[in-house]
Amino acid sequence: MVVLTINGLEEFEGFASGHNACSGCLEALVLRHVIKASGPNTIAVSATGCMEVISTGFPQTSWQIPWIHSAFENASAVASGIDAALKALGKRENVNIIVFGGDGATFDIGFQSLSGAMERGHKFLYIVTDNEAYANTGVQRSSATFPFANTTTTPAGKKSSGKLEPKKPLDLIMAAHGIPYIATATPANALDISRKVKKALSINAPTLLHVLSPCVKSWGYAGPNGVDLARLAIQTRVFPLMEIEKGVLTFTQKVEKQNARPVEEYLMPQNRFKHLTPDLTRKIQEYVNARYEFLESIEGKKAFDVLY
Amino acid sequence: MSVAQAVKLAKVNVFPMYPITPATHIAEEISKMVANGEINTEVITVESEHSALSAAMGSIASGARTFTTTSSQGLALMFEILPIISGNRLPMVMAVANRALSAPINIWNDHSDAVSCRDQGWIQLWVESSQEALDATIQAFKISEDLSVQLPVMVNLDGFTLSHVFEPVDVPEQKKVDSFLPEFAPVNILDPKNPKTFGPIAFPNVYMEFRKDLDDAMLASEAVIEKANKDFAKIFNRSYGDGLLDLYKMEDAEFAIIGMGSLCGTARSVIDKLRKEKKKVGLIRLRTLRPFPKARLLKACKNLKALAVIDRHVSYGFEGPLLTDVRSAFFEEKKRPFINGFIAGLGGRDITEQHLQKALELAMQEKQGEWLF
Repeated sequence: MVVLTINGLEEFEGFASGHNACSGCLEALVLRHVIKASGPNTIAVSATGCMEVISTGFPQTSWQIPWIHSAFENASAVASGIDAALKALGKRENVNIIVFGGDGATFDIGFQSLSGAMERGHKFLYIVTDNEAYANTGVQRSSATFPFANTTTTPAGKKSSGKLEPKKPLDLIMAAHGIPYIATATPANALDISRKVKKALSINAPTLLHVLSPCVKSWGYAGPNGVDLARLAIQTRVFPLMEIEKGVLTFTQKVEKQNARPVEEYLMPQNRFKHLTPDLTRKIQEYVNARYEFLESIEGKKAFDVLY
Repeated sequence: MSVAQAVKLAKVNVFPMYPITPATHIAEEISKMVANGEINTEVITVESEHSALSAAMGSIASGARTFTTTSSQGLALMFEILPIISGNRLPMVMAVANRALSAPINIWNDHSDAVSCRDQGWIQLWVESSQEALDATIQAFKISEDLSVQLPVMVNLDGFTLSHVFEPVDVPEQKKVDSFLPEFAPVNILDPKNPKTFGPIAFPNVYMEFRKDLDDAMLASEAVIEKANKDFAKIFNRSYGDGLLDLYKMEDAEFAIIGMGSLCGTARSVIDKLRKEKKKVGLIRLRTLRPFPKARLLKACKNLKALAVIDRHVSYGFEGPLLTDVRSAFFEEKKRPFINGFIAGLGGRDITEQHLQKALELAMQEKQGEWLF
């Protein structure tokens, strides 16, 4: 058999196929690419969520690296304990600790333990795979849900247009914690994930990688289109691809306003937005423009104090 | 302080902590030892008790001997993680300075915090004195890490009564502790050279088997607790009953009190006083709420006419949980003592000699128990 690999990606596979993820699940693909980049000397911690459920149905496991799951809201605290234990035992050198949490586990219920671990400066990479809903429990709203998305707890109806609030600005909140590296990525570019994971792991401090993870079930699109949607999220400026390194924001792939594709192109293929009126779509375009313009306003400047 | 000494002697590797009254003294004392270089423990000053126990989980799974401490609302916040640690069969020790639960908020002693956590797969040791707090903490690591047990142990000491008391304590020599408690050598750890999966999902076809294993381990721990008490006595010349039940003047007793924690000190005085009046009374101090030493209890009570059960907690809408346990233990016995139950000492209310004498007298008269205000 001939194994084809993308030039620049590691051959190591730490997340075995054969798991129970949905056909077309991009979150599982993200996990695979992250672990390829981090290599075998990695301890993984997962928050409760789809990825934990699909990968560990006893007695099977997809994890070929040491892996631990405790509860929904405490993955960062568990990682803190691993960091301290390895230090205490003199085994901390050359071991990567990576936490995987979905948006519910990160933006919402695990936000306190994440903030606490970042503040204490534990060295680990937090990967948030953001599919903008509690997909595992049946697509309920989280604070990461995109505005006006239809979810089972913010259904679009005669009197409601879906989720009415903006998305919690996690990247900026994490940057305000003073950690030296925050980046965003999507499964549309595996090499970009790989490069950012390696960079994050080379830093002796807490780091965070926020990965937009299109979800077949929550977003409602045809299976193979997930990668296209992830690409469109960047091209429409819905999901800015960036790094905040030592307090300075740079765009990995900057999309100038005149080159940006209209948000409709990203929204229309998704069932969660099929209730949108032209007026709501215009509101989303304004929201997306404003968020991107804010990021542009701090681009290249020392916008955040770095504490670690 | 005596618990902190035990943590030092047990060479604890990692101590995740979150402050709460009245457990704070333990944390402060350990922090001082670390600051002065007396011990090499990694302290993690987490942002909540939930994270304290979660960090503890990551730490034990990495192969580090791990300890934490809490009270009351802190233990309530940890509740979610209690069965996750025991379910993953991760050995650790937690000292709980027992304190009432809110509301109304109250920082003083009763047993409602730990007794409410009774069914989560943690061995529960209940101590009577500062000396026992120290000794039991060392024993707890030995019990917890035993390969036939591999369950977490909660060492319960009455808040303030034991957490804020000054009394002379014999601090064992390090060498002797080392001979009693070898280095932590867990079988399964998070190790990149030998990757293992911790905390998988178990579907209905296997979940019950996991839980049966846990129950079997809890039952098997009875012998391990007894052995730890015996082995400890050989080295340190101190023991606490048979490790599970601590009997006082029970050889010929016809009437007895059963309870947990420092109230047993008061009970001993009552027993002594009534013995002087030629009454055949005794005390059963329950040292382990779980595993519940049923056979030992029945044996200890075989000549008993009446037993007064003192609960420092209420199962609202029914009775004291210890009363339920004790009555249940006797249910299948043809010959059983009259048993009544008393609710006492909630939220730091003193349990006086008068209270306990009254409880015994009502038991002797085969009268129902009551709340001892």
